[in-house]
Amino acid sequence: MRRFAGSVLLVAGKDLRIEGRSRVTTNQVLPFAGLVLLLFAFALDPDRGLLPRVAPGLFWVAVLLAALLAVSRAFAVEAENGARDGLRLSVLDPAAVYLGKAAGVAAQLVALEAVLAAGLFVLYDVDAHQVWLLALSAGLATAGLAAAGSVYGALAAGLRVRETLLPLLLLPVVAPVMLGATRAWEAALNGVPSDAWPWVQVMAAFAVMYTALGVIAFGPLLEES
Amino acid sequence: MKETATTRTWLTPVLGVLALGSLAVLAVLGLWVAPPDAVQGDAQRLMYVHVPTATLAYVAFGVTSLASALYLWRRTRAPRWDRLAASSAELGVVFTGLTLVLGMLWGRPVWGVYWTWDARLVSTAVLFFLYLGYLALRRVIVDPDARARRCAVAALVAFADIPIVHYSVEWWRSLHQDSTLLPGGRLDPEISGDMLVALLWGMVAFALTYAYLLVRRCRLAAMEEGLEQRVLDVAVAERRAEAAPVAAPVATPVPAPVTGGGRA
Repeated sequence: MRRFAGSVLLVAGKDLRIEGRSRVTTNQVLPFAGLVLLLFAFALDPDRGLLPRVAPGLFWVAVLLAALLAVSRAFAVEAENGARDGLRLSVLDPAAVYLGKAAGVAAQLVALEAVLAAGLFVLYDVDAHQVWLLALSAGLATAGLAAAGSVYGALAAGLRVRETLLPLLLLPVVAPVMLGATRAWEAALNGVPSDAWPWVQVMAAFAVMYTALGVIAFGPLLEES
Repeated sequence: MKETATTRTWLTPVLGVLALGSLAVLAVLGLWVAPPDAVQGDAQRLMYVHVPTATLAYVAFGVTSLASALYLWRRTRAPRWDRLAASSAELGVVFTGLTLVLGMLWGRPVWGVYWTWDARLVSTAVLFFLYLGYLALRRVIVDPDARARRCAVAALVAFADIPIVHYSVEWWRSLHQDSTLLPGGRLDPEISGDMLVALLWGMVAFALTYAYLLVRRCRLAAMEEGLEQRVLDVAVAERRAEAAPVAAPVATPVPAPVTGGGRA
């Protein structure tokens, strides 16, 4: 058990170290997500008071787009230099590799969401209420996105068209997360946390189910040529 | 080549005649025998095709999932399960698309709009895109083994999403009328007589159509695989033939092709 946890941390640590050196998420994905927030203001006239009302939806759309890039990046690094063979030849349990990859993606997404949320409160004039509920639902949504994203990242890995294929594969699957996170945030920002509970449950169920599926499915995906 | 290439099997003429005949009977039942609806008028007749296509779409995706599971399980792993999964998914996407289009045609006169953000409409649309992604994945992987394995995983992972999408969208909003055959989950049809006969007949007719198309499509998939193998065999034979006359004098003329450039 301890070895398993060690393997998970090893893979997650490797990915975060690559990120720490290449700075792709901080230098490219994060500015992109910020730009999306700016573009929404262009699309929806900021003077009409619409932005604060639709802010949760816009925030999660921006996170979803950024998550696509983060997942794509997490599996692109495995496609180069025969890294995939290295992973396969290592004695690491495929389930640990999967959890490590998902944890790496989740850690990057959490950092990204924190910065984006700050942008949301500043740019869209949103007042923060029920911060614990915002954090809880963001955490569950992130877990779901990272879990499903890592399954689909592995499915599309190594294909020449993965940049265009991944959004088509992943976006319909994570539709419930998008729906749940947006509604939960709306409930929290409107000050009615009781409305958020069904959505918190949906996101928790989604995260648990996709983590389990990933743990089971990653072995067959990794063992192929 | 001794056998003629065809997707025909002993089953296809039987299924084909049955499917065509039952669809013709459905047209008569749905358009003439069943009375117009008291509230919705003739627009309600679309139900006799809309409900069966929706049901068959779910059946098709169920078959895809089952076949994918059978492929992934080592003891039952065989290429035919992969072909069945792929064929059924294609038909499922066609039936889902038909369901959406028929529903929109019905919605316009009855609800006054083609599309509303109703729970069942939205979850059907998500379902459509889920399996469109699956079919796209099938097209881009070249190696048959890798394709079969990855797509089997993709099919199961997509299938697992259906209940979550369904319930989340259901909570989001609901305006669609309740299930006609099973209101509240009980078998207590709200329609009666000729209407019920037409609806149930529609189920049978579309089930036969699905079975007919599925058999044909599976055969086609098997033949495509055979063709790939055959092209490979021909190419290998040609390379061997090229390599063999190395010892022969260079002056040997290459025989001109008998037929025109069309055949390679």
